Amino acid sequence: MNCREFVDFLMSYMDGELAEEPKRVFEEHMRLCPPCEVYLDSYRETIRLGRSACSDAEGPPPQDAPEQLIQAILAARRSS
Amino acid sequence: MSPARARVDSPEEDALLAGLRAGEDSAYETLVRTHSGRMLAVARRFMANEDDAREAVQEAFVSAFRAMGRFEGDARLSTWLHRIVVNACLMKLRTRRRKPEESIDELLPSFAENGHLQVSGAGWDGADRLLERGETRSQVREAIEQLPDGYRTVLLLRDIEEFDTEQTAEALGLSKAAVKTRLHRARQALRQLLDEHFSLSGASDGEESI
Repeated sequence: MNCREFVDFLMSYMDGELAEEPKRVFEEHMRLCPPCEVYLDSYRETIRLGRSACSDAEGPPPQDAPEQLIQAILAARRSS
Repeated sequence: MSPARARVDSPEEDALLAGLRAGEDSAYETLVRTHSGRMLAVARRFMANEDDAREAVQEAFVSAFRAMGRFEGDARLSTWLHRIVVNACLMKLRTRRRKPEESIDELLPSFAENGHLQVSGAGWDGADRLLERGETRSQVREAIEQLPDGYRTVLLLRDIEEFDTEQTAEALGLSKAAVKTRLHRARQALRQLLDEHFSLSGASDGEESI
């Protein structure tokens, strides 16, 4: 396996979709190739950071919607 | 899709629901003022421009007003409205004229002539430590916004909204294989965009020597 194939198979590996032999080859490459190990770690962190950054439960609440939008919504209700 | 959060007893929300069911104008205004900011934040992630995001929020509220009689209170109002605004965004994305797809290739990993992966630095700090930094959340959100529409939408549905592959394929009219390919490319591109901020040997780690 080369680095390009490692990157191609990375998501399947994380999703547990690789059969035993490809998984063994994937992990062997990772053990011998520090840049690919770094890449896999940062790929995982990317997913976690995306979830956290967009989570409603964390961080300050977003700013209020513009008054113009609020009035447009209320007007749409009155006219429906 | 993430399961509905268990309904939390909230006297304020119960009172608001009673007002909504009775058709009180003040209850509807409270609903809109309380939830429109958060809904706009969700819509801005999906829609590339502000006018489209606002339109999606307005359309979502109109849908919610019509469906209010069917809201059974088994989820929080915020959870219910969140789903409605995501659906409104997807509807807009599906019905508007398709633009030519922007390329994502320049954000995919590069390989040396000998096939070796070229990555900068010695990796990233852990996500938990990165999130302790005040600016991390906004840097991540801005990076997501930079992804081309067709990739950003798949990433938002799969990784943020927690749709599964099949639900995402159905929502976007794509094959499951296409969803998987786009998700993997979107994650790689997002990783690349974040790398300049978070790589331990990067120039933007905030440590300046005198």
